[in-house]
Amino acid sequence: MRERTMSTNYQLKRADFIFKNENDWEEVLSKSISRPPQELINELISSELKGRGGAGFPTGLKWKVSSEVKSDVKYVICNADEGEPGTFKDREILSMVPFKVLTAIAICGYVIGAKEGFIYLRGEYNFLKPELLKAINEFEYYCKEIKLDFSIKIFMGSGAYICGEETALFESMEGKRGEPRNKPPYPTLSGYMGKPTVINNVETLAHTYTIFKYGSKRFYDLGVQYSRGSKLFSVSGDTPKPGIYELELGMSLSDFVEEFGDDDTKAVQVGGASGFLVPRKRFSETNIGFQGKLVGISLPTGGSMMLFNSSRSMYNVLDNYLNFFAEESCGQCTPCRVGCQQLLKGIKAVKRGEKNAQYLDKMLKLAETMQVTAKCGLGQSVGNSFSSIVENFREEMIY
Amino acid sequence: MGKNLKITINGATVEVEKGASILEAARQAGVIIPTLCYHKDLCVSGNCRVCVVELAGQKRLSPACATPCEEGMEVLTNSLKVRNSRKHIIELLLSEHNADCTSCYKNGKCELQSLASEYKIMNQDFINLIPYHNYTIDMFSPSIIKDDSKCIRCQRCVRTCAELQGVNALTMSYKGEHAKITTFFEKAMNDVVCTNCGQCINHCPTGALVEKNYIEEVWNAIADKTKHVVVQTAPAVRVGLGEELGFDPGERVTGKMVTALKRLGFDAVMDTDFTADLTIMEEGTELLTRLKKAIVDKDPNIKLPMATSCSPGWIKFIEHMYPEYLGNLSTCKSPQQMFGALVKTYYAKARNLDPANIISVSIMPCTAKKFEANRPEMHDSGYRDVDFVLTTRELAIMIKQAGIDFLKLEDSHYDRLMGESTGAGVIFGATGGVMEAALRTAYELVTGREVPFENLNINPVRGIEGIREATIKIENTLKEWSFLEGVELKCAIAHGLANAKIVMDEVKSGKANYHFIEFMACPGGCLGGGGQPLPTSPEIRARRAKAIYAEDAGMPLRKSHLNPEVVKIYKDFLVAPCGEMSHKLLHTKYTPRKRR
Amino acid sequence: MKPIIELIKELADKHGRNRHSLLPILQGVVEQERYLSEYSMIEIARELDIPATEVYGTATFYTFLDYKKMGKNIIRVCKTITCSMKGEKQILLAIEDMLKIKIGETTQDGLFSLLQTNCLGLCHKAPAMLINNEVYTDLTPEKIREILTMYMNRKDEGENNVN
Repeated sequence: MRERTMSTNYQLKRADFIFKNENDWEEVLSKSISRPPQELINELISSELKGRGGAGFPTGLKWKVSSEVKSDVKYVICNADEGEPGTFKDREILSMVPFKVLTAIAICGYVIGAKEGFIYLRGEYNFLKPELLKAINEFEYYCKEIKLDFSIKIFMGSGAYICGEETALFESMEGKRGEPRNKPPYPTLSGYMGKPTVINNVETLAHTYTIFKYGSKRFYDLGVQYSRGSKLFSVSGDTPKPGIYELELGMSLSDFVEEFGDDDTKAVQVGGASGFLVPRKRFSETNIGFQGKLVGISLPTGGSMMLFNSSRSMYNVLDNYLNFFAEESCGQCTPCRVGCQQLLKGIKAVKRGEKNAQYLDKMLKLAETMQVTAKCGLGQSVGNSFSSIVENFREEMIY
Repeated sequence: MGKNLKITINGATVEVEKGASILEAARQAGVIIPTLCYHKDLCVSGNCRVCVVELAGQKRLSPACATPCEEGMEVLTNSLKVRNSRKHIIELLLSEHNADCTSCYKNGKCELQSLASEYKIMNQDFINLIPYHNYTIDMFSPSIIKDDSKCIRCQRCVRTCAELQGVNALTMSYKGEHAKITTFFEKAMNDVVCTNCGQCINHCPTGALVEKNYIEEVWNAIADKTKHVVVQTAPAVRVGLGEELGFDPGERVTGKMVTALKRLGFDAVMDTDFTADLTIMEEGTELLTRLKKAIVDKDPNIKLPMATSCSPGWIKFIEHMYPEYLGNLSTCKSPQQMFGALVKTYYAKARNLDPANIISVSIMPCTAKKFEANRPEMHDSGYRDVDFVLTTRELAIMIKQAGIDFLKLEDSHYDRLMGESTGAGVIFGATGGVMEAALRTAYELVTGREVPFENLNINPVRGIEGIREATIKIENTLKEWSFLEGVELKCAIAHGLANAKIVMDEVKSGKANYHFIEFMACPGGCLGGGGQPLPTSPEIRARRAKAIYAEDAGMPLRKSHLNPEVVKIYKDFLVAPCGEMSHKLLHTKYTPRKRR
Repeated sequence: MKPIIELIKELADKHGRNRHSLLPILQGVVEQERYLSEYSMIEIARELDIPATEVYGTATFYTFLDYKKMGKNIIRVCKTITCSMKGEKQILLAIEDMLKIKIGETTQDGLFSLLQTNCLGLCHKAPAMLINNEVYTDLTPEKIREILTMYMNRKDEGENNVN
């Protein structure tokens, strides 16, 4: 018997909301905008939906704050700059059920008082644009029909991971280098063009569609405490069935590996390159969800689940991540720009024997400094994978 | 006034105005938080992370420069976590910085070096990242050297060039490990839209941007017995030099500077203020002539407003940005170049020297002057008019190298012939000074009376605002100037090229109808020039300005046309302002350049 | 192909002459030209009345806005973790072998440039690559040969005129 550390006896539970083809967006839209904005906000708040991009900020709260700010112009932005290694669900949502996302953007606009919405689509997904534009045309046509003054534009990215960071995304939309801003002020008060902006991940918006359609309870009843609802998981790596799966939050990593592993899973990277690597010995005590009072470790994720089997060198994995970060850091703040290079060059030096094993400890400390001093989420999270890999696979780093 | 709020810093309560940053609060409370990317002249960027502090209840540290105070905030500036992190950040910066300090021009003046020293970074064992980058040193500009291997990407230069100067010669380019400060397509500074103003140098914390120095060349010239080496000193140098040599900002060291220059071995020490006075005669005459042609002759080819032409940074700026307005520039050369042209003609003749054997050196608060001296236009004496231009900083280096104890020096006087000046020449060093000097002379020329301001202090044109305007009504003119009777002379002053841009755009759009505009490339005018001592800040510039005006107030003569040597040169050599000889030696033309 | 200056004016008409239209305009030029020349950047800066340096600083931030001359078809092979685990190296070798160029180079005939790129979001179908905006997944050396041959044949059919 595998030991369960969860408070409830939990099984891997599949859900099917996001991709269910319902073809009722017109109804969901017109019904939602006939309800008072406050009611919709309350619905979101009681659903306990948290951002699905990875950071997990309560979505209802975001909408609430922006709705309360007085401003002549506000914006809704759908963050489709899906760049985290191992994440590919947003692309699928936009190609399979674009109307759910468009509907959710418009509802958000209605709630906060915005007349303009944007989808920031990463350059790599340029191929989605034609179909998405068609959908937007049809959507805007319907908006006119029901006299909803709302338009949606696509803003294309051009290949920069950091633009997934919301303030870097605004900078990019404003025609600048995608360098994250100082916070505060937060986007809800001062976002795109300095106006109050709600920016939500594609999947988050798709979930609000479910919530507005079925009511918050239906969503809330899924998942576990602090981690309500279902979530899309992008499964890749050493798995017989890579793909996108909608699962309830709160599952144990062992259950996940049992379902998706290849019987030889050595470690799982939860949350992409900026997330944590969990070694086999910690599968059973690790749950997938937001930090809460659950027993054991709770790991949030934007949905990236990468499995590695025993044939993989964790050194190579880390080397690959660090190369990624060294290139994709925006380069403005010291800890991230220089820190990434140091970690990358450092593990190489240790591997080659140019630095001794103790140098790994110095780098672990550096990773901590990066976590507490970097300007944005990118630099702050490089240490996650670095520390979890180096601590759990130290030998592989040296020999 | 915003509401006040209370925070604690290291346990002590501080009351600050709402909107203040933690850094401002700490400074107010006498707590020093180190900074690198922060500069008082510039917008907050928050990218170096050296100023991180710990806030109670927060896991992550916050940049003090970019974090606004909130009621009840508990700030720790020296906790173990802060110290360790800060040390790491300094180490990281050192690892990407070419820390070959002993061979660096900024050795001893580098903010990163002093931080490293303060934090006793003794066992920096991060990997040296320099070999992984293909860095180059750009030495093509006669004014500025850009060494990317010493850059720590604080972007102070980028912000300076954009915010203060509106030039945007520099930008952050690429990203991640490749991120660096570049020009357009990484061209040489010499080859892009750059005014050589040197404000990037003034704001660079390391040796990544420094002036091209000509110290050895000048030492060699001095040592060459066949050469007669003449030096001129710009007005703003005398109120800045002291800062490099043990005085507080705002100390006037004119007499000591002259003594020092003589001890360095210059054959003649004379004053750019002399040609500043001369500039007023020429430029004032030019202005009045233009006004006459415009008002009386209704000549449509006369370009008004007339713009001053003393600041070579501004000249290069207008050549690039508003070439269609080059006709509005006064044709007068800058005082430096007038001086240079006269040294190898008027002075050579008077002293019976072969101009070929004269080396003309100038001490300037400016790096653009190096470029100006190098212009092909500036050979009207038949020789290169000014051979070497040194900044205030370079002069200080020479004084130290010569083992001169500056603090103990006696005062001495400039040499004759081109060493006499008036208060009007001195105030060229401050923003508004050229305007004030011109008005003092022009008004008197036209009306026969002194300008109607107490003690000749034309306060409306003084100050620190980036753009200032003044209107002076001309009444009861002398007979020959009666066409100016009742004319309200509209003047404007702009300093910092970003402000020059605003004024020029107004001129361009027809919104502004000035007669005369003073433009200075650098914030504060020459006293804030790109060749002045470091550091620079609004307070330091204000103190230098105060010193300039004190120097003016203390002069026996305060109007350019009263300068006896100016009177003499017209009598003996030039004949009359804007006359034939003046046109040959003291006036010039500029060339349009590409805007992008 | 439109003259660049005309193209830039059209793009500015469409997206507006302000800073926040910079990216769409850069993208529009790259769509036609495959890269941003000095000349294009200067003209864009002129059209938007912003400093050319700012255009350069912005363009070089984005991986897909190349500022060096590129071939007609830009191949971007994903090098991030899953693709690297699933045979990205063999894919690169196959391409290099077939086109006789290395990473970062362009073929003599100007038809292909070979680049690496970070995560394309196709990890479940790794290894993956883009050729211009087209996606190719579950790559094998055999598939590479088929795909590239297809692009080469387009050239033969005259649809792919270089210049």
